[in-house]
Amino acid sequence: MSDTATWEPVIGIEVHVELATRSKMFCGCAVSFGEDPNTNVCPTCLALPGALPVTNGRAIEWITKIGLALNCDIAEWSVFHRKNYFYADLPKNYQISQFDLPVCHDGWLDVDADGETVRIGIERAHQEEDTGKSLHLGDGGRIHAATETLLDFNRAGVPLVEVVSRPDIRSAVQARAYAQTLREVIAELDVSDARLEEGSIRFDANISVRRGPNAPFGTKVEIKNMNSFRSLEKAVDFEIKRQIAELEAGGEIVQETRHWDEESGVTTSMRTKEGSSDYRYFTEPDLVPLVVTPAWQEEIRATLPELPHQRKARYIDLGVDPQTAGALGSADAMLRALFEETVAAGAGPRSAANWITGEVVAWMRREDVVGIDVEASAIAEMIGMIDANELSTSAAKDVLDGILRGEGGARQVAESRDLLQMTDTGAIESAVDAVLADNPDAVERYRGGEQKVVGFLVGQVMRATQGKADPKAVNGLLREKLS
Amino acid sequence: MGLADLTITDAAAGLRSGAHSSLDLTEAVLDRASMTEAEIHAYLTIDRDAALGAARAADAELAAGEDRGTLHGIPIALKDNMCQRGVETTAASQILAGYRPPYDATVVTSLRDAGAVLVGKANLDEFAMGSSTENSAYGPTRNPWDPGRVPGGSSGGSAAAVAAGSALGALGSDTGGSIRQPGSLCGVVGMKPTYGTVSRYGLIAFASSLDQIGPITRTVDDSVALLEGITGHDPRDATSWAGDYPDLRSEIDKGVAGKRIGVVTEFAGEGYEPAVTESLSRTLDQLSDAGAEIVEVSLPTVELALSAYYLIAPAECSANLARFDGMRYGLRVDGETTEEMMARTRAEGFGPEVIRRILLGTYALSAGYYDAFYGQAHKARTVLRNEFAAAYEKVDVLMSPTSPTVAFPFDAKSDPLAMYLSDVCTIPSNLAGDPAISVPVGLDPQGLPIGVQVMAPAMAEPMMFGVAKTIERLAGFDARPTMLEELA
Amino acid sequence: MPIDIDIAHVARLARLDLPADRLETLRSQLAAILEHAAAVQSLDTEGVEPSNHPLGFVNAFREDVVIGSLDRDEVLSMAPEARDGYFAAPPAMGQE
Repeated sequence: MSDTATWEPVIGIEVHVELATRSKMFCGCAVSFGEDPNTNVCPTCLALPGALPVTNGRAIEWITKIGLALNCDIAEWSVFHRKNYFYADLPKNYQISQFDLPVCHDGWLDVDADGETVRIGIERAHQEEDTGKSLHLGDGGRIHAATETLLDFNRAGVPLVEVVSRPDIRSAVQARAYAQTLREVIAELDVSDARLEEGSIRFDANISVRRGPNAPFGTKVEIKNMNSFRSLEKAVDFEIKRQIAELEAGGEIVQETRHWDEESGVTTSMRTKEGSSDYRYFTEPDLVPLVVTPAWQEEIRATLPELPHQRKARYIDLGVDPQTAGALGSADAMLRALFEETVAAGAGPRSAANWITGEVVAWMRREDVVGIDVEASAIAEMIGMIDANELSTSAAKDVLDGILRGEGGARQVAESRDLLQMTDTGAIESAVDAVLADNPDAVERYRGGEQKVVGFLVGQVMRATQGKADPKAVNGLLREKLS
Repeated sequence: MGLADLTITDAAAGLRSGAHSSLDLTEAVLDRASMTEAEIHAYLTIDRDAALGAARAADAELAAGEDRGTLHGIPIALKDNMCQRGVETTAASQILAGYRPPYDATVVTSLRDAGAVLVGKANLDEFAMGSSTENSAYGPTRNPWDPGRVPGGSSGGSAAAVAAGSALGALGSDTGGSIRQPGSLCGVVGMKPTYGTVSRYGLIAFASSLDQIGPITRTVDDSVALLEGITGHDPRDATSWAGDYPDLRSEIDKGVAGKRIGVVTEFAGEGYEPAVTESLSRTLDQLSDAGAEIVEVSLPTVELALSAYYLIAPAECSANLARFDGMRYGLRVDGETTEEMMARTRAEGFGPEVIRRILLGTYALSAGYYDAFYGQAHKARTVLRNEFAAAYEKVDVLMSPTSPTVAFPFDAKSDPLAMYLSDVCTIPSNLAGDPAISVPVGLDPQGLPIGVQVMAPAMAEPMMFGVAKTIERLAGFDARPTMLEELA
Repeated sequence: MPIDIDIAHVARLARLDLPADRLETLRSQLAAILEHAAAVQSLDTEGVEPSNHPLGFVNAFREDVVIGSLDRDEVLSMAPEARDGYFAAPPAMGQE
């Protein structure tokens, strides 16, 4: 049996983000998906003889924005390189990319996984261009049995930002959390649709294992074709186990690229060309260097929105508990705005956050709606009534339902649905007295040492008062009278 | 002498004085082509109907008072590595046989806007790689001065057409001397502009950081006129200069009095034909008599310029030519897989010199060799530029022969290295990015033309043209190829 | 100093399917040229930056606007083989 306790997985994640600019990275063709094949092409992105690239300035602004959001240093001076390799979907048979002088470097991202927060280093983020799409006709659409390749170059030249993490990730759960958190940040910046299902964000993982945290790094394997966060976690998990099993059996890990097969739940070796890739990088002579001055960086920094982790920190400062703060930080804009408004209307942040991320979200899910039209003041009012003991927690859920259905403000709904907690101490006392009188054997048992029986008695009082008595007050009164 | 032998300047004047029409000029040029092409094969494509149509349109516009300037109605040839929409553009390669670009190069658009008449596509060494036009996949061009000899290269067809009168001017491209050297070997003016001042959009790339399009003409004045038609910022070329452009004509008649002319000492000695050395000396004496100060300048790094060039240019071309793979246009040779198809297409479609340079470039960039070869060459280039800049603190222009030899016979330089040496005087300006011009000054004892080269700092074209025009005036070179005398 | 060239490897990298005898000729030609080109190694380039654009400008950007694309029929008419709006080619083996 493999002893996974001694093995430490070492994982790095590479992310490709398609930027949602209007036009391509190096030409004026539209960036648009789902179009008929080869309708957004021009001499440059088709690599016709004599064509030349010209850099899309907005893409440079946006990669800088991404870098700043990921806490990177922005290189004041960077250049493009040609990455040379032949492939059917790469019209020039080189990709314009960046080699040793990327726009962004040395950043980090804090990620919550398994109950702890880890800081994952980001080595670099660089600018490059996407390739065309190939369809392999033949058996089942897989490369290996194809009879013909069909090429669509609409996607060729779309701006791509590649973000490379340091190998700081230590588990499949962390890997997934990193990927999700990164996607969230990117989506927040409004520079990409960042949808995994659509391919506007893509993840590859580099995985190796070593015997303990101080051992030298093992041979790493690249895993591709993980098309959902769930499959990313499964693939990373599988690969870690595969490598451990291989090494424990005395085998060796081959440095290669493997393909995640979602159906069979395994990674398989991709047919590699003999000889490793020699990309023969050299500075792109058709383009001039990129200069992102400190002044321009500051201009771009000023356009950064509040990011999820910043929001979370702010909520925690307000008194929201960390887990709820995290959930709220990642919630969609409508819910976050509701929170802000509810607090502005006088509700305590902690309660507001709990109610919005809890009951409101649950209600939306049950009713299968994506948006709600609700007055924040009504929720604030409801929370105020709970604090004043006018509503029990369970009654409040009912009131919330009414608020969300548009039945009115908190008090209005509470009254019309008869949910107000009984505050008349006299009435509560009468109810308590009545229950005590009706349950002499319970009283006996309590006085005989069975403290727990008070729960039953509280329940009886709640029943007698149609749930409107404040259970805490009832409990207190009962104990007083029983002692 | 006929209309086909007019300078652009004189032809333009005649259009406006009514001496002749654009149609007359164009017909004369086309007739000259039909008389000389069998012998010299300067062209790969002659667009007769389109040329006549453009000539008629030019005449109509001029008659209506719409004067587009000096180039209006003037028949010009284009080197066949410049994309012309709908017209076969081959770069003299089999791999582009039958290829018709769906767009015009910016220089082509500029010439059309200037009202020029595009006569046809001139022959070249395949993908502009060569110094003799012997590397064309469609047969060589022959020197009008002696059809047993090469016209030079790679813009051999352009230079030959201008020398023979089958165009009044032509555009060539210069990466290591490919405008200037054929200009010298064909007895015409060939000029390479400052890198970045003429758009490369639509020029089939050889070496991106070295290529420049430039004019090939009979006189220095014509060179200015044709260059004016094609310089300017092009937003489609990221290496295109977006700042101010000098008035190219501003110093053309200034003369050389008080000018300091540096003679590059390294461009002499073994390998330089006596007549070539003699022509340069004579020119320098004339310039000195005209008031210039002649000084000797040593640029030690030019000894390495050839080496650096033969690492940088092939490296860039190995990537620039990767797109020719049988996928989207051009020749395709079938294969079982994409990889096989690409490799067979390229092996069959490219000629030997192109294959040689692709392999050279691939090697120079490959893992383990980058630093020692390509990386080092790029640094050598910086050193060379600094050396030129330092020289220009002491002199206004530099001079040298354009080529160590006159036109050589076919198959004379079968060893690639020997051929590369033809470019030793011209390559440094490409590496530096500075302008340079070749001016014909005389004939050697065999009757073959000799050119001298003037080099100037970046953007100093006006001054360079001024010096060049003085050289031209003092040389009084007015010989014509004998073949033209023999025409009916 | 003789230059060692794995010409078959270089030809593969460059996607040139050449017969062995031609490769051998090319190998010796390349070796001769490279010996000459190796002269650059004699230059002291300590502290020298590799060269960039001679006119030294930076950041030549274009606006993020859409300029019309080519007509698809025209594009595919250039293709050696096309099918249903796609460029067609023999099957690819797999990414390098």
